[in-house]
Amino acid sequence: MGVSAALVLAACGGGGGAGNNEQPGTQTSASGFNAASTSVVNPSDKKGGTLKFANEGDWDTLDPGETYYAYSWNFARLYGRSLMMFKSAPGKEGNQLVPDLAEAPGQASDNAKTWTYKLRKGVKFDDGTEVTSADVKYAVLRSTDKQTFPNGPAYWEAPDNGLALPSGYKGPYKSPNMNTDSAIETPDKYTIVFHLKKPFAAFDYLAQQPDTMPVPKAKDTGAKYRNSVVSTGPYKFADLQPGKSFNLVRNDQWDPATDPNRKALPDRIEVSLNVNADDIDNRIISGDLDVAVTALGVQPAAQSRVLTDPTLKENSDNPLGVRLWYTSINPTVPPLNNIECRKAVEYAMDHTSYQTAYGGQFAGGDLATTILPPSIPGYSKFDLFPDGPDHKGDLDAAKKSLEACGQPNGFETNIAYRAERPKEKATAEAFQQALGRVGIKLTLKPYPQGDYFAQYAGLPPYVVKNKLGLALNGWAADWPDGFGFLSQIVDSRVIRATGGSSNTSVRIPEVDKMLDTALTELNTDKRNQMWGEIDKRVMQDAVIYPGIYSKSLLVRSKNGTNIFVTDAYGEYDYLGMGAQK
Amino acid sequence: MTLPPEAGAEAEAAIPEAVLAGAGPTEGRSLGQIAWMRLKRDKVALGGGIFLIFLILVAIFAPLIVKYLGSPPNEFHQELIDTAGGTLEPIGRFGGMSWDHLMGVEPVNGRDIFSRIVYGSRISLLIAFLATLLSVAIGTTLGIISGFIGGWTDTFTSRLMDVFLAFPLLVLAIALAGVFPDQAFGLQGNQLRIALLIFIIGFFNWPYIGRIIRGQTLSLREREFVESARSIGARRGYILRTEILPNLMAPILVYSTLLIPTNILFEAALSFLGVGIRPPTASWGGMLSDAVVFYTQPHFMFWPGMAIFVTVLAFNLFGDGLRDALDPRANR
Repeated sequence: MGVSAALVLAACGGGGGAGNNEQPGTQTSASGFNAASTSVVNPSDKKGGTLKFANEGDWDTLDPGETYYAYSWNFARLYGRSLMMFKSAPGKEGNQLVPDLAEAPGQASDNAKTWTYKLRKGVKFDDGTEVTSADVKYAVLRSTDKQTFPNGPAYWEAPDNGLALPSGYKGPYKSPNMNTDSAIETPDKYTIVFHLKKPFAAFDYLAQQPDTMPVPKAKDTGAKYRNSVVSTGPYKFADLQPGKSFNLVRNDQWDPATDPNRKALPDRIEVSLNVNADDIDNRIISGDLDVAVTALGVQPAAQSRVLTDPTLKENSDNPLGVRLWYTSINPTVPPLNNIECRKAVEYAMDHTSYQTAYGGQFAGGDLATTILPPSIPGYSKFDLFPDGPDHKGDLDAAKKSLEACGQPNGFETNIAYRAERPKEKATAEAFQQALGRVGIKLTLKPYPQGDYFAQYAGLPPYVVKNKLGLALNGWAADWPDGFGFLSQIVDSRVIRATGGSSNTSVRIPEVDKMLDTALTELNTDKRNQMWGEIDKRVMQDAVIYPGIYSKSLLVRSKNGTNIFVTDAYGEYDYLGMGAQK
Repeated sequence: MTLPPEAGAEAEAAIPEAVLAGAGPTEGRSLGQIAWMRLKRDKVALGGGIFLIFLILVAIFAPLIVKYLGSPPNEFHQELIDTAGGTLEPIGRFGGMSWDHLMGVEPVNGRDIFSRIVYGSRISLLIAFLATLLSVAIGTTLGIISGFIGGWTDTFTSRLMDVFLAFPLLVLAIALAGVFPDQAFGLQGNQLRIALLIFIIGFFNWPYIGRIIRGQTLSLREREFVESARSIGARRGYILRTEILPNLMAPILVYSTLLIPTNILFEAALSFLGVGIRPPTASWGGMLSDAVVFYTQPHFMFWPGMAIFVTVLAFNLFGDGLRDALDPRANR
């Protein structure tokens, strides 16, 4: 129970310019630019109507055991019920974890290595059979089969800190008879107990992943299950045509009495796939479509239209995402092994040109000075390398650092980026221009994004050999929490000599220890504070240049009601939205 | 593709006994002079030629032009961009056109488009010229050998041409440019990219010119003046150099001129697809590629597109005119 209370505290302590009309439970009507980011626009409890969603590509997969996009996790709450879930609420309140299929948050024991959940009684699949703890266990176990579900999250089966699975276990399809009670126990129909190899205090975040949504073993068709998902939520699938479209219709087996979290307003949700992105923008503006489901923000064409037309701008939102665009400063590449040379880079960069390269203040994001974005609990505001009053870089400080480094006339190094990404290319060009002002000469090195971390910027020997002093990078958390955000990018132990790690520059033993301590801290409030301290410790070493906290420009649906952005996903909350007609 | 050898005679003293068919030659004029006269009469081709000379001068004097009429091609001018409103479009009409920025500035970073077009012409022309030279060198050599020697050499070379013609060139180019390391053969960075582009474009385009040369050589080989040279005991090498090659100069010249625009387009296509020159170096294809996402800013796409269009058109007009001048019979 301490968890949700602490998260509310964190939400209040987070600061960062949010409005004051976000008290839990209140429904404040608001309008204007960015109103839905902190409050409910057009609040309504009216049921009925149809919402139309469109995706500019194909859905990664609708299978709750494999889907791994924020928009898809946001959407999955419409048709599935995981043990925990993010509350359907505006702004920071959306970061709050609430029990969904479970009656209450997990009970920790054995130093946060064992977690117990009690399931709600009376929850049914859309065929009328009751959901039991065995269905949840089966769902989690099947998601560990990475040959069948290669793209899903890999926390459960992580070799050193995942579930205590028996060795050689390959999931229920390939190891059907292996006893997995060492990892997950189901002592009765409504109790499920998880056993981990290492303490993990933030386990409730794992329990909100869609892969804890129950899957009936009898109806599981492995990799094909994505086209015949059995629903436990208020909606079930109809007319699913892979790669083209699908609809959600009401699930008559869903009992609102078992579900305090869902309003289930619209009667029907229609989703079209592979729709041209510009077309989606235009249709939302005209009212023909309601939601661009991937929520990546409008295309440049619509962007200038929305920002220059006051009426359109009033009906758009500019939420902060849970993503940081940043640049690694590699201390393995001389002369950047000297902290003063790294500081020179921090000071000399023109921060506003970083922002412009990513699309400016609305489509790109806010200037970042920390690793944790403000929407993540634990964020604390600080700026160790102030870049001048106009944020165009502090050239005097940069020159002083260069002198202290013994390179008063600057030095030469390279900057790596992903060739397929125009924004990273623009950023690399901006770095080249800005650092050139103090004599630091950069050469641009584009690499294919598929192998960017495996063979180039994430391969330590390659970085040293090719003098990749700077490498463009970006990170989004799987969930809004310091662990999800920091562990993969500041823990030096994730760096492998064989490549593949997103962390390319942070090698601070002290930070590794701080991470381990935080993971055993059961008090969420204290834990969140620790994430902020880790953030600051990493920044002191000047091995990361924080670029921008990403933002996206979203156009609000004309037909939609009850529209708000949840901080958990940085997108409109698809669970809360209703329709006028 | 009929290019009779008579018309191919370009050097003044090559074959005085040759009788020109078609246009009646004025006495005392060399074939070169006749061709030049015909070219002068073709105003369109002449216009194309003059534009090409202008373009080559622009490419050579790019730093000077930019110094007086623009600003360095990679310099950011974000003060000219609407960052406050968030649209990131250039401030002002027509993409921020002004006396300082004749063609306006790029969205987002505000680089001067005029300077980038001027500098881009260097890359385009350099790659197109050298690639064409490579194609012509390989194509002519293999074409002559194939046509002159005949037999299994001809069969082998002809099949080789078929193989090269059937190659999915664009796919190969993308793959090759994608996997190529950053340093090789003592070159690195953009020098290596330029060399690689010249190689890809030049090396895989030679069969077009090779086939034409082979056909020409085949027919030349049977002509009387070759026969007579052979009958008085001239060696193969001598015949190739003094009897055949001079007669091939016209088709070589014409098809080189027509191959250059193709190569400019090919370089632009490769740069457009992201396997060409590395940023921030300006190239026309790369500029087009940058402009795609900003299609609401037509000026950004207009200028590089226009530059490619006008250059290719000029080369084609000039090439056609040159062919008409050197080979009036092809003028149906």
